[in-house]
Amino acid sequence: MSIDLSQFHQVFFEESFDGLDIMEQGLLNLSTDQPDSETINSIFRAAHSIKGGSATFHFTVVAEFTHVLETLLDEVRNGDRAVTSQMIDLLLKSVDCLRTILSKLQAKKPVNKSDYKPIEDELTALIENETNSDSISLDSDPELNDKKSMPSKAGETIWQIEFIPESYIVRTGNEPIRMFRELESLGELTVEANTSKVPYLEELEEDSCYLSWSMTLVGDIEKSAIEEVFEWVVEDCQLSIEIVESKSATEENERKAESSKPNQSEDNVHADSKNSSETKISVDTKSTIKTAPKLSAGSSASVEKQLSNTAESSEEKSTSTVASATSSSIRVGIDKVDSLINLVGELVITQSMLGQMGEEFDITKLERLKEGLMQLEQNTRELQESVMQIRMLPISFVFNRFPRMVRDLCGRFDKKVDLIITGENTELDKTVMEQIGDPLVHLVRNSLDHGIETPEIREAAGKSATGKVELNAFHQGGNIVIEIVDDGAGINREKVLSKAIERGLVQENQELSEAEIDQLIFEPGFSTADVVSDVSGRGVGMDVVKKNINALGGSVYVESTPGVGSTFSIRLPLTLAILDGQLIRVGSQTYVVPLTSIVESIQIKSPDVLKIAGGLDIYKLRDDHVPILKLYDTFNIDTKNKDYHNSILVVVETGGKKIGFMVDELLSQQQVVIKSLETNFIAIEGISGATILGDGRVALILDVLGMLKRLSTKNKNQRERAA
Amino acid sequence: MTKILAVDDSSSMRQMVTFTLKSAGFDVDDAEDGEKALKLAQSNQYDVVISDVNMPVMDGISLVKNLRQLSNYKFTPILMLTTESAGDKKMEGKQAGATGWIVKPFNPDQLVATVKKVIG
Repeated sequence: MSIDLSQFHQVFFEESFDGLDIMEQGLLNLSTDQPDSETINSIFRAAHSIKGGSATFHFTVVAEFTHVLETLLDEVRNGDRAVTSQMIDLLLKSVDCLRTILSKLQAKKPVNKSDYKPIEDELTALIENETNSDSISLDSDPELNDKKSMPSKAGETIWQIEFIPESYIVRTGNEPIRMFRELESLGELTVEANTSKVPYLEELEEDSCYLSWSMTLVGDIEKSAIEEVFEWVVEDCQLSIEIVESKSATEENERKAESSKPNQSEDNVHADSKNSSETKISVDTKSTIKTAPKLSAGSSASVEKQLSNTAESSEEKSTSTVASATSSSIRVGIDKVDSLINLVGELVITQSMLGQMGEEFDITKLERLKEGLMQLEQNTRELQESVMQIRMLPISFVFNRFPRMVRDLCGRFDKKVDLIITGENTELDKTVMEQIGDPLVHLVRNSLDHGIETPEIREAAGKSATGKVELNAFHQGGNIVIEIVDDGAGINREKVLSKAIERGLVQENQELSEAEIDQLIFEPGFSTADVVSDVSGRGVGMDVVKKNINALGGSVYVESTPGVGSTFSIRLPLTLAILDGQLIRVGSQTYVVPLTSIVESIQIKSPDVLKIAGGLDIYKLRDDHVPILKLYDTFNIDTKNKDYHNSILVVVETGGKKIGFMVDELLSQQQVVIKSLETNFIAIEGISGATILGDGRVALILDVLGMLKRLSTKNKNQRERAA
Repeated sequence: MTKILAVDDSSSMRQMVTFTLKSAGFDVDDAEDGEKALKLAQSNQYDVVISDVNMPVMDGISLVKNLRQLSNYKFTPILMLTTESAGDKKMEGKQAGATGWIVKPFNPDQLVATVKKVIG
């Protein structure tokens, strides 16, 4: 039977990564004074599962590495070894290392020895350092080598087997008759039962075994093959296996001559494995089983190595055939799936109701038809919401990596920081989640590096030596807000301003509010760190953070009070796939403006339009001045209405900047499904995608940020042309 | 048809065992820990139980002990999935009443061969 093990690889990788997360969490919670045994157990179990899986699926490197790891954890679990913070550090490093190896394996990239060897050596050293148990040594057991190098001594042999089981043998589920059946498959078997111990009927216990057996077995059989049959009951019986007569002397030579022929007895056991390399694998592993009770733990490594040698060639083959394994999957709570099924059920009922009505429709049933259609609409909406729910994951997926990171960074900076996480169950679209990870990492690093002061400075400033970084997530309107709050030094505005002037980002005499100065740190090429560290401060961070967040349709904002701390707020749309849109009309065209970015929509009053240099019109909106973007002009649409008088101004805002779209008419508000322009056409600045309207027409979705950029480049071009 | 119960907390192992045994023509149910396995075993009669040792909630050893208490699992073959390093676990399993063991790593053929060894 051939079963393609690679079909389980994806599941294996997923659960291994989950396991690593569990280990990491556990390790971070593990205190050195009073290690919680359940935590240690869960760490051990995770390592153990990864080891078992990786060995089964032939990821030898992972199996060997986790084996060493497991050995250490087992000692901890059994209380033979105390937990030290040095050990936790090493274990955390091992988790990272495993994650690297597994990612590489998943991407079908080669794993280098340098990826894991140093850490594996460290682990081995730690184990050997404090242990006198020889069972951990990684060197292969000499006994095993002896056995392997031993020439097989078999031939046509007559074996005499005495088997006297203990009376409880059947209660372990071991049925002697099955063993006889197995022996029979090895050679010619004669069984004789000894009934002398069978008691009188009234004394007989029905679940006890009173029989014993003498057997003769004739065939080309090795002793180990017979021993293997009794492997599970060796402790529960008296067993003797002896050679009565052997013809091996002459035949052995013949066997050597045709040594390429596989061992026959083993072949019988695995009669159904036809593939020669597979047979070889099973033979090798059999030797592990046979010698297992005597084996040292570590010696398996050498066996596994041999295993992998045979397995590697077949694995290489599969690499070329199997498509990239990186296709991601999503884990969905069963309740979400249930509600989906429930909704589909309702949809089917509605459909059948409408179908029935359609068959014999007359005008008297109009009311009921309307009702049915309303029900259909509701079903569809609920179904849509439910499906969207499936893509939503708790933000803890991202947050969970931070305790570890903060711990590592504190060690590096010699700072003390408490990380407080709240709102980790807030749900967010998977795609958004995947892309928000890196910006968040950067912001948290930044808070630790630049925000939180060293304990000495903190104490001098009258604060507690231990700093505080809070990560909060919560829903607000159609957005998710993520806050990174630190109680550090805050932004040094003087320094920021002087740097900005030095870089030519602001004019020397320009008046900026405090908030405006703070936002300067998101400008490209901006870093005020006195010492450029390898963690943050190369000035390539914050602008990239801002760019990435903007690309997700979100915004980032910082508030800071000198000496008290800073708060970074990231605002993100809940999902990238569906958008609450305001439909607008320009000429004969319909466009969609994201509802969340609209501040207000007003009837344009001509007197409030100010014309300024460069052909730009500004609308005076109370105390604010909003540049007007004429959409008919931008999209080159022929409309009769080019006059401000009959137009509507849709004021939108992003990143603190406002812009007004001049449109002919406001249409309805509705949820639209975003279809990417990029995948079907090309990316266009100012357009974030397209959607299909109810009547089948395509409407473009305006990207407010992109429009702002278009406006500013247009102005620049015009200014240059004017100059 | 021979009914088998496969118990393992690792879903890749569970899937592999289940898939292999189903391909070999067995009827297979699976459970992710001992407690769930025990519940299944009480409401169904399985001919063979294959269980991992290290599991959350209820581990394999306790599962075997509990199963052997049930009158209809007195003689049922129960196989433990162990790793070669866990020699003492093997003995612990035996003492609890396990029939035998399958050493990880194993390939599908070994699994089927071992199961065939204990049925019929």
